[in-house]
Amino acid sequence: MSDHDPNAPLAETPLAALHMRLGAKMVLFAGYSMPVQYPLGVLGEHKHTRAAAGLFDVSHMGQASLSGPGAPEFLETLCPGDIAGLEIGRMRYTVLMNADGGIIDDLMVLRLADNAFHLVVNAACKNEDFAHIEAHLPADLSFTPRPELALIALQGPKAAETLATLAPGVDRLAFMQSAHASIDSIDTLITRSGYTGEDGYELSCANADIEKLTERLLSFEAVEPIGLGARDSLRLEAGLCLYGHDIDTTTSPIEAGLIWIIPKARRNAEAGFPGAARIAREIADGPSRRRVGIKPDGRAIAREGSAILSPDGGRIGTVTSGGFGPSAEGPVAMGYVPPAHAKVGTSVLLEVRGKQHPAQIVKMPFHPHSYYRGQ
Amino acid sequence: MSEERYTEEHEWVRLEGDIAVCGISNYAQEQLGDVVFVELPEVGRVVAANDEIAVVESVKAASDIYAPVAGEVVEVNSGVEDDPEIVNRDALGEGWLFKIKLDDTSEASKLMDESSYEDYIAGLDD
Repeated sequence: MSDHDPNAPLAETPLAALHMRLGAKMVLFAGYSMPVQYPLGVLGEHKHTRAAAGLFDVSHMGQASLSGPGAPEFLETLCPGDIAGLEIGRMRYTVLMNADGGIIDDLMVLRLADNAFHLVVNAACKNEDFAHIEAHLPADLSFTPRPELALIALQGPKAAETLATLAPGVDRLAFMQSAHASIDSIDTLITRSGYTGEDGYELSCANADIEKLTERLLSFEAVEPIGLGARDSLRLEAGLCLYGHDIDTTTSPIEAGLIWIIPKARRNAEAGFPGAARIAREIADGPSRRRVGIKPDGRAIAREGSAILSPDGGRIGTVTSGGFGPSAEGPVAMGYVPPAHAKVGTSVLLEVRGKQHPAQIVKMPFHPHSYYRGQ
Repeated sequence: MSEERYTEEHEWVRLEGDIAVCGISNYAQEQLGDVVFVELPEVGRVVAANDEIAVVESVKAASDIYAPVAGEVVEVNSGVEDDPEIVNRDALGEGWLFKIKLDDTSEASKLMDESSYEDYIAGLDD
């Protein structure tokens, strides 16, 4: 992840004009001018998404196409996930690894055909990610960033019934399945996925069509536009990692609690992805730290960077994400601590503005996931 | 004097004898958004004007609150600790934060009156 070059022009998504009309408050995020909230406010937007359906502009994220013979095997040289075994039409969460076993970025990989994939990476990382993939690309594969595509997410318990009125059958997709649909003649790639812990979809279409598609979705009573503020509190309650905060080039997937993204057959030093030796070692010996959920006993909010202390006052770790969880009805946090302090129910202290506040290690998510797993 | 006086940091002060009731302005609560946590000073603490004295947190961020005047903290509003949203609902009334017994009752008159404060916030970039 790179910081935004202050001299570079501020980018905007194809929905910038719509955000203005909707009364959004805009902030700089990953080099883009993005809506942090709309008039409903962060708390209201968060609750609305959990109760009905929220619509998010995520067009700043990087989309790309990868195709050619051996494309799945190539992805497995960069990622620890099972890509070769991914069914056509299904998507998987994985990470790009560095040689030290750290995480270059987390991403979604959708298999469109035997040898064709659609990738979605983080906005702040996309230039480095794409350069990294191109640098390792075999000559007979084709890799194409897709800046002409926009991306929105529709999330919440009313997402399925709402989208199904425009794209019949999408309510029968299971979590991480995809479909192509024509919505009001707009060619749309739909995946049942998201970043809120709720059931929902991400929809990719041409930049030229995204405003029309977004306004069509916003025309439903159940759908409200949601900014980055609520996107962050929703994903934090869902226990999902934010790249550059909860995971980065120093954290391994094992430390981050992401062992589930590595199939058993690849949990060894010879698995052929960068950093496999560290993964194997940490599985065998245990990592030196683990990502944990932390629930403060009181109301004080421990934000990113707050020290985590053992009950005797010694520093054991750092909060990587923390905030107020509107659905959890109190402060929530995640951070890294040594395994000895990582067990659920362990007491810790969180330092906020020089004061120590008691807290407990808890199981994540802080708010239950409601993914649709199919019939 | 029963009307509010304002600081450039968006605190307000209302004098009741030699006691200054203090809170944050309507403009401040609107800018902060939904308040979810308030940390108030200890009663008995002696403060100088502009000392960091309290914290008001919205979903988005924590904001330091500065003492608008010098004196001794004589009371805090435990109601807003239990229900921080009162600050959004009634910033100038039920959402007051703390009371300071003034060293010098003329100090508050140096702060902006309501119309000066309105001019001041009109001149701020959003």
